[in-house]
Amino acid sequence: MDQPILKATGLSKKYGDNVVFHNIDIAVEQGDIIVIIGPSGTGKSTLLRCLNLLTKADSGKIWLDGTEITAPGHSEDEVRQHIGMVFQNFLLFNHLTALGNVMLGLTKVRHLPREQAREKALSELNRVGLADRAGHYPGQLSGGQQQRVAIARALAMDPRVMLFDEPTSALDPELIGEVLEVMRQLAMQKMTMLVVTHEMGFAREVANRIIFMEKGSIVEEGAPNELFLRPKFERTREFLWKITELYGHKKE
Amino acid sequence: MSDWLDFFWRSIPVFLNGLWVTLELTAVGLIVGFGLGLAAALGRVYGSPWVRRICIAYIEIFRGTPLLVQLFLIYYGFPGIGITLSRMMSAYLTLGLNSGAYQAEYLRGAIMAVSEGQMMAGRSIGLSRLASIRYVILPQALRLVIPSWSNEPILLLKSTAVAFLIAVPDLMTKAKLIAARTYDPIGTYLAVAVVYLVIVGLLNEVMKALERRLRIPGLEIESHKP
Repeated sequence: MDQPILKATGLSKKYGDNVVFHNIDIAVEQGDIIVIIGPSGTGKSTLLRCLNLLTKADSGKIWLDGTEITAPGHSEDEVRQHIGMVFQNFLLFNHLTALGNVMLGLTKVRHLPREQAREKALSELNRVGLADRAGHYPGQLSGGQQQRVAIARALAMDPRVMLFDEPTSALDPELIGEVLEVMRQLAMQKMTMLVVTHEMGFAREVANRIIFMEKGSIVEEGAPNELFLRPKFERTREFLWKITELYGHKKE
Repeated sequence: MSDWLDFFWRSIPVFLNGLWVTLELTAVGLIVGFGLGLAAALGRVYGSPWVRRICIAYIEIFRGTPLLVQLFLIYYGFPGIGITLSRMMSAYLTLGLNSGAYQAEYLRGAIMAVSEGQMMAGRSIGLSRLASIRYVILPQALRLVIPSWSNEPILLLKSTAVAFLIAVPDLMTKAKLIAARTYDPIGTYLAVAVVYLVIVGLLNEVMKALERRLRIPGLEIESHKP
């Protein structure tokens, strides 16, 4: 096995006295699709932000492709180019069109010539099925379309791994499907992904590993079938029961 | 009556001359003030604690003291510390510094109104903090600021009248001259008032057009009700 793309050991974060998560170890291998589940306020989102250094962890180390990115003097901006991030509330740049959103990183971070950036951006928009919306501003797009543009924006940087922070939680139910569909396609293209979501159907179908987090710790992790059908811990069982009750059970 | 009319016609070039100086004062004050204001606003929002303190001190001092006092300190006071500026330069500098303090506050409000998430999104694709400010925050903040900032050219235009007190040949100075010669202060100053009013009206239209032109399609937060 090669070294993991993204690896963290002993990662801890607290705000004041409030422990967000404690002593987390995680390793994401090439082609992994890992879904992190767990109750809200468990530190899942903060964990993702710590992994691409948007939030500084209090302790612990993180490696990207074998290089320690938490080492002093390592450029954060350099790291983030290689780790794509998709946010719950899309966070598209409001003043730029869909195309402009996808192009910005290409022209200002990777310094591609405009024409080349444009071509690449269009092909990324095409990948999420929105080439025909290239000229639209975020305010003129539906939530689902905005999130797909956000995915294209992250993909344009050719990331080694994509982090998804509850990408469908802010969407109306009828718009969730299109975003999950794009993510499914990415999975088929062997994109390495780390996804925080409550979409159990997606987790079960697409993930190769599920991590159940609660109160800032990893309670249990394993293959979807194992974890969904034979959870080892009572807490995992309780959570899964609650979430299926809430979101409905998807039988395949 | 014909004498008066004759003089009136002859006054027009003098008047226009003064008007030109007034517009110059406004434009330079506005531009210098914009540079200073933007720097102070960015320093206040994103600066280190010391930078922030310096920016706050600048803003509070120039907003908290009368413009006239500032002008006199610079024109009459600076020579005392070895800096002698011409009348025009003193007026430019005072108006620029004064306007900068106000513009800083408008700009700070607009920068803060752009959600923090925008910065996070910028950073997430690998933009540095500075690049995120430049390519993500400012393009939005500068649009958001237009409605409140529109007051500044108007206020500044009227504020330039203080330059009269250090004998800068602006609209007011010329008006005083004409009023003294015609013995018609009411007519003259009414004319001056009308000129100011017309320019303010024009500035208003320009601002509105600018706001419309730069509006981000689909984003309604900055536009007021029709």
